[in-house]
Amino acid sequence: MGLIVAAARNADAPVLVAQNIAFGVIAAIMVFSAFRVVTTRNVVHAAVYLVMVLSGAAAQFVLLGAEFVAITQLLVYVGAIVVLFLFGIMLTRAPIRGEERATRDSWPLGAFTALVLAGLLGYSLTNGFGGDRLPRYCTTAAPLAGSCLSPSGTRAISDAIFSTYLIPFEVTSLLLLAALIGAIVIARRD
Amino acid sequence: MILGLHLAYWQTSVIRSLGVLVAVLLPAGTFVYIFLFKMVSFMQSRLGPMEAGPYGSMQLLAEVGKFIQKEDIVPDNADRRLFKLAPYLVVATVLLVYLVVPFGPKMRFVNFDGGIFYALAVSSISALGVLIAGWASANKYSLMGGLRAAGQLIAYELPMVLAVVGVVIQAGTMNLSGIVAAQANGKMFGFGGLGNPYFITQFVGMVIFLIAVQAELTQTPFDMPIAESELVTGYITEYSGMRFLLFFIAEFAAVGSFAAVAATLFMGGWAVPGIKFDSGVMNVLGPIVLMAKMTLIAGVIFFVRFTYPRFREDQLQKFAWTILIPVALANILVTTVLKVAF
Repeated sequence: MGLIVAAARNADAPVLVAQNIAFGVIAAIMVFSAFRVVTTRNVVHAAVYLVMVLSGAAAQFVLLGAEFVAITQLLVYVGAIVVLFLFGIMLTRAPIRGEERATRDSWPLGAFTALVLAGLLGYSLTNGFGGDRLPRYCTTAAPLAGSCLSPSGTRAISDAIFSTYLIPFEVTSLLLLAALIGAIVIARRD
Repeated sequence: MILGLHLAYWQTSVIRSLGVLVAVLLPAGTFVYIFLFKMVSFMQSRLGPMEAGPYGSMQLLAEVGKFIQKEDIVPDNADRRLFKLAPYLVVATVLLVYLVVPFGPKMRFVNFDGGIFYALAVSSISALGVLIAGWASANKYSLMGGLRAAGQLIAYELPMVLAVVGVVIQAGTMNLSGIVAAQANGKMFGFGGLGNPYFITQFVGMVIFLIAVQAELTQTPFDMPIAESELVTGYITEYSGMRFLLFFIAEFAAVGSFAAVAATLFMGGWAVPGIKFDSGVMNVLGPIVLMAKMTLIAGVIFFVRFTYPRFREDQLQKFAWTILIPVALANILVTTVLKVAF
């Protein structure tokens, strides 16, 4: 919904055809995979579909010129978190060929949560950024100016993290550290 | 613009796609012949393959032909789609690493600012393929192998990334071309004749990186995932024919890709001291120089593989978490302090 509004408001902007087509294809794959994550009854298949959703998100970041975010998405989510998911599933149940099936008993609650989340996110995106325009691609004249979409955001992101967003960044790492210590405390038996 | 020719976008794209295949298969084949067939044979006082071609140099083609003829067997209980998908996933991760490795000032596929970060991220995805292969085979040995491999790849991913951070701090860029330039133009304590190859100034980082590479490649001191005396061959137990060949190619192409990344990070990549590093002649000479450095590093990898006995599973995990990671963190700290101080 937010996307349609944003598209309508940007109707007169120059169109990047290839980028839009790629966005549509990737988005379609992501939506399909996201549905399969919750509809498939095999837990491992669900995890593999989740990989497709997460890689799709990384691909969208690449399309937006945010390569650092895209690579982080791959490294953290696909390379580590899903692998840990699969690791846990295979250590505990690993249902090969219908021995054990995932249940879908709580789907009304899940659907409700998904709808509320979609509504909230859509509203906040439209409300916050609906009037914005995507920045133009950078020319060689102003490669790192703030108003244009730089194809290499790595430097810009690191500058932002370690200056403007330093405190949120440190607080987040403290939070993660606390979670880590909590996990160790729970896992320790002695 | 290469060698005065101006090519259309699709022409350069075709050349680049073929270039990736050459860049992957040529080092992989060379390493298999030189090290896996010949070096290990000489280390064990035997000749190795001698029949196919001069000194058995065509043996690899014969092996490939054999694997292509073989039947592609899928076990009855296997999850067919995932079983068939897994080898392609593993091979694809190896192919993608080569995209960011520069072979010369203009001989590169992509000039990518997040270069080394991308290479590490993509290579970490191979754990996924291995895990899927182990599970989809519906075989307990395969599953154990897959689990061991995933645990090992995750554990050694971390010291590897941390070891690279030292190089990135020193070079001031994650772009692999930039790292080559930083080494070629750098100075060691005021002496610039040799540039600043990081295997001297980042020695600790290089040792950690190479140990982690050995583990990521599941080569011998770290080959628990395919430990043949315990697990048959781990996650590749059920694979045969072409799919087995894909895993085999992926293993040795990964040796090549990690050797290329290590050569670029620590040995100055395609640059040689004495020749101006961005002159046009390096576009032709660069790939050869890089290949020589890759062969050197792959030689170290295979020498270790054929020399040391296998670790135990718990020793492996302990080694990563209690030795490699603290040392890598200390290396980052020291590098940062020195970078600020000088």
